[in-house]
Amino acid sequence: MISFIISLRENILIALRALAQNKMRAILTTLGIVIGVLTVVSVASIISGLNTGFASQISALGSNTLYVHKYPWIIQDDFFKYRNRPDITMKDAEYLKEHSRLAEAISAASGTFRDIKYRNNSLTGIGVSGVTMETEIIEGFSIADGRYFTQIEIDHNKASVVIGNEIKEKLFNHKNPLGERIKVGDFSYTVIGVMEKRGSLLGHNLDSEVYVPLGTIFKNFGFHRSIRILIKVPSPEMIEQVIDEIHFLMRVSRKLKPQEEDNFSINQQEMLTNMYKQLTNGLYTAAFGIGALSLIVGGIGIMNIMLVSVAERRKEIGIRKALGAKQRVITFQFIIESIIICSVGGIIAILLSFLMSLVIDKVTPFPSNVPIWSVLMGLGFSSLVGLFFGIYPARRAAKLDPIECLRYE
Amino acid sequence: MQTLINLKDIVKTYQIGTVEVQALRGVDILIHSNEYISIMGPSGSGKSTLMNIIGCLDTPTSGIYELEGELVHTMDDNKLAEVRNRKVGFVFQTFNLLPRATALHNVELPLIYSGISAAKRKVIAEDAIEKVGLTDRMHHRPSELSGGQRQRVAIARALVNNPSLILADEPTGNLDSTTGKEIMAIFDDLHNAGNTIILITHEKIVADHADRIVHILDGHIAEDIQVKNN
Repeated sequence: MISFIISLRENILIALRALAQNKMRAILTTLGIVIGVLTVVSVASIISGLNTGFASQISALGSNTLYVHKYPWIIQDDFFKYRNRPDITMKDAEYLKEHSRLAEAISAASGTFRDIKYRNNSLTGIGVSGVTMETEIIEGFSIADGRYFTQIEIDHNKASVVIGNEIKEKLFNHKNPLGERIKVGDFSYTVIGVMEKRGSLLGHNLDSEVYVPLGTIFKNFGFHRSIRILIKVPSPEMIEQVIDEIHFLMRVSRKLKPQEEDNFSINQQEMLTNMYKQLTNGLYTAAFGIGALSLIVGGIGIMNIMLVSVAERRKEIGIRKALGAKQRVITFQFIIESIIICSVGGIIAILLSFLMSLVIDKVTPFPSNVPIWSVLMGLGFSSLVGLFFGIYPARRAAKLDPIECLRYE
Repeated sequence: MQTLINLKDIVKTYQIGTVEVQALRGVDILIHSNEYISIMGPSGSGKSTLMNIIGCLDTPTSGIYELEGELVHTMDDNKLAEVRNRKVGFVFQTFNLLPRATALHNVELPLIYSGISAAKRKVIAEDAIEKVGLTDRMHHRPSELSGGQRQRVAIARALVNNPSLILADEPTGNLDSTTGKEIMAIFDDLHNAGNTIILITHEKIVADHADRIVHILDGHIAEDIQVKNN
């Protein structure tokens, strides 16, 4: 064991000395390893960054909220299958509200896009959502200025509006908007509240929206519109139960016969998360594929250069053997050297991927960070490649005839 | 006197292409501890082959080689390495030092392979370098040393593991005559200090340092003369 540690230390020194002698060659040799590790680590860091971004993007959906829609969020088969479904109606929403025992809150919502205007300032294509009292609980936003709707305003389809934070900035320019009248489409509304900043949801800016009572939407912009129903689940453990209940109630509400398929969809955040995971898993698989391929190519390069190195250093091998180096000592020496070349490649790749991650973070809108497991894996795999592809050249070195080697000049 | 080397009917045959070359055709030698012996012969006589066999770098095709009671001719590659490490100190014509390592590190090499710790082997190696008078040059690389100094490093390396025999192959072949004399003086001293020395040479002037001269010709021992009585 002692002699093993001695020879490990010696061999690392020998390897470093040999590499210092041939810096350029070592770096070129290790290029395949660098590319392989760089691919895996960069993809890992990009995905890790996307994960953070995605989580914050969909958090506004709420993990405890179910959405009853005409269409599923993720359509994997034919879109036309869903087109002929009947719209979700207020009748459905009211039926759920009346009969659901498990849901914490149920709200219907509907939306449209209109131009809005305050004096000479106008904004085009702003999302106008029709909401109910429960919307505030379900979506979990808070009011920065003023107040939310009262039950009376909702029930009587008042022309009141709660505006998003950015709308306030763009339309009112630091002026107090409360009590002012703005035009939504062709209709006049009174501003009663401003929402806190909320960020965005899947690229959709939640701060650039306005909320009006649901009934007002129908009154001003037409009754024939599909609505969506939002259901707040009391706790994450109850999601499955609530889905079952809503599913059953919706079928009853729509008088579907047992053999008939659902003509509505119950959506939830998890569906998006799952799809996202599938997507990133695909990316990981591709990256690992490319990485593995580069590592193999790199490994063959390493093996090649180690064979050259063994041939060039026949004299040295002869001297070492003459002085009593056993086969396993020589084998060990060259394997260590091969592992070190590959590890150097791994380290270069990891430094590069930190740099790349920094650039991605600064230049693109995606956050990016290098996960520690990818660093460890990169180093681990590059060393393994060094070990694996170093064995053959090292065995060859060990088996050389010392007399032949000493004769070599 | 203790028997160190006992070679009996050593035959070595090489296969070169389809031709079989007999380098040694039945050699018998008995060498005792603390002998000073020269093996002489023209090139092609088989003296290099004999040296390789005595030095445990090679095994005979047939015959018996006993080194301090151990049967060398039956050993495999690894066992031979171990015997070389413990029992044989080589001095080569071309010095055969590792070019990128310092004199000290070169001398340490045999100790590394016998598994001696770094601190301990530094002391032993420095001591060996002192014996050949190179203490002030021990951190230099071979390229920074003269031929004579390189050969001194090689001798220190040969001595460092306290081998049973020192095997010198044309040790002055790459040196001028003055330096050659200095190197031979070191061998004389080593012999007087109790070491067994085998010189392989074709130079009469080198061979004459020894007490016994063995002549090889065409793979046979042609002559084996005790020239001095020690």
